[in-house]
Amino acid sequence: MPGPVLVGYDGSEPSDRALDHAVALAKSHDTSIILVHVLEWSPYSFLTQEELAERHARRKDEMARAESAVLKPALERVSASGLKIEPVIQYGHSAEILARVAKEKGADQIIVGRDGSGGLAARLFGSTAATLIQIATIPCTIVP
Amino acid sequence: MTHSRFLLAVMALLALAVPAQAQGIDETVNAIFANSTGWFVSLIFSNFPGTSFPWIVGWLVIAATVFTFYFGFVQLRWSGHAIALVKGDYSDPNDAGEVSHFQALATALSGTVGLGNIAGVAVAIGIGGPGATFWMILAGLMGMASKFTECTLGVKYRNEYPDGTVSGGPMYYLTRGFAERGLPGGGILAVLFSVFCIFGALGGGNMFQANQAHQQLAGVFGDYPGWITGVIFAAIVFAVIVGGLKSIARVTEKVVPFMGVLYVGTAIIIILMNADQIGWAFGQIFEGAFTGLGVAGGFVGALIQGFRRAAFSNEAGVGSAAIAHSAVRTKEPITEGFVSLLEPFIDTVVVCTMTALVIIITGQLISDPETGLYVLTEAGNAVQTIDGNTGVSLTSAAFSSEIDGFKYILALAVILFAFSTMLSWSYYGLKAWTFLFGEGKSKEVVFKVIFCLFVIIGASANLGPVIDFSDAAIFAMAVVNVLGLYFLMPIVKRELANYSAKLKSGQIKKYKT
Repeated sequence: MPGPVLVGYDGSEPSDRALDHAVALAKSHDTSIILVHVLEWSPYSFLTQEELAERHARRKDEMARAESAVLKPALERVSASGLKIEPVIQYGHSAEILARVAKEKGADQIIVGRDGSGGLAARLFGSTAATLIQIATIPCTIVP
Repeated sequence: MTHSRFLLAVMALLALAVPAQAQGIDETVNAIFANSTGWFVSLIFSNFPGTSFPWIVGWLVIAATVFTFYFGFVQLRWSGHAIALVKGDYSDPNDAGEVSHFQALATALSGTVGLGNIAGVAVAIGIGGPGATFWMILAGLMGMASKFTECTLGVKYRNEYPDGTVSGGPMYYLTRGFAERGLPGGGILAVLFSVFCIFGALGGGNMFQANQAHQQLAGVFGDYPGWITGVIFAAIVFAVIVGGLKSIARVTEKVVPFMGVLYVGTAIIIILMNADQIGWAFGQIFEGAFTGLGVAGGFVGALIQGFRRAAFSNEAGVGSAAIAHSAVRTKEPITEGFVSLLEPFIDTVVVCTMTALVIIITGQLISDPETGLYVLTEAGNAVQTIDGNTGVSLTSAAFSSEIDGFKYILALAVILFAFSTMLSWSYYGLKAWTFLFGEGKSKEVVFKVIFCLFVIIGASANLGPVIDFSDAAIFAMAVVNVLGLYFLMPIVKRELANYSAKLKSGQIKKYKT
């Protein structure tokens, strides 16, 4: 049996299309899906004293919100497929986390949606898809 | 928000009604302030019988020395590991999103790097001469061990509330640590610490900042009454801490580190521009350290000033850092202790020394060319400077003498540093306040309003009484905190032994290679 298909998911339309694509692919390959949602986070950002004190509580809230508002609807939407889907929520830099989780879980490929902002913003800050294809060690599919 | 509108209205009224008596207000505030705090200041700064050496300075130096030896020069042996921790080499990726070592250190630093490094150093050199620098650096290096001890305990005994927020600091380790060791008196020490911490927050963490920020502004815009600066600052602080205007706090938090880098960078450039003088400057520092080079009180005078300003700047042994560092997420409290070692190093050994070198190298202090000794002012208690500058204006003059217009950048830096230090200390003070009086919105607002009022007092009063009270309150915190640390240091030693065993056995491993 081939390794699972990893999908980077943020609740946006392109990421929905990526998930649909992954479902079709996983069905035909008879494998499972890992649904990864990344909360952007840098351990080198600056926080105020109060934010530090509340950070642990905030993190719990953010995780719960990601679970209920992002992953749960997605899982419900594709539950009819009957595939085994493992949800993952992680903090960090999107592309780096996707590549790392893929490695840890022995995924065969990574599927992400294109965020569509191909303009100046993407050039300045780099898009997840662009970074991912630079650092991934397994094939990546960018769903338009 | 209605509160801040109200305050703005009061401000407007004040501005209309009393410009004529402006200087009068400043003088009255100053007189009341000096009279009501004098006894406290003289108690803290009284000398060892028969000497001119304040007992409190000895207290801190002895503490730092004891911790340095007790933990086997922890500041030398574990600094490399501290840097690895800050880089995140040992952070579990699954803990991402929690407070990192870097964040805890950065926030703690933005509370300490500030006026102490710019104005405080100038005060030390203005009174104690270049030799004060030597003692300041030494105190900074030794202080690393004090900081290590208090921050380890701060994390170990912090209080975690059911909702996941944390509070830590000496109040908590004094009560819990003492209880755990079966020692009496922890509760009393915790209460005393909290009282002094509130004074410290209002003094060094507030009035001194407001005072020096005003001196900066007056230097740029021309002389005007201090209470005006005070009211404006108080309104902004009020908007942030009472009105919940987080955006201002966030901007400050992000700009301050860049200002810090800019400041040190400029200092390095000025020092390099005068590269031929570096040897001479260090000569003055070493000679002054042991002879005084004519300053008031001789070498003891230089030493006292150096130690005083170092303690005021890096706050090692004071206990405030234990509050700041306590929010980090780690399974091993001692890791935050290691990280906190870096704080006095960056603050005192790097930043303060830069200020000192710039002042010395640019020749701000007047010395007698024949004897090589420094010339004292008429009052005989400070070194004469080129334009009679003291405190932050001395630093400003030193930087501007080499880089034209830097005084404007420095003024901005001072104001931002003052503001971020105020915000940090309003938090420390608040933690002490809620420890004493309990949590609750209305109780917190009472403290925050008092805090804002002291901003105005600080900006209006003269530097002398403000700086004395600020130092006295912060040192009073250290009296209680250090006493507690002596009783609790075996706990830290046990943590240190456990941690090094785990590191050796590979139980604690690097995640990044």
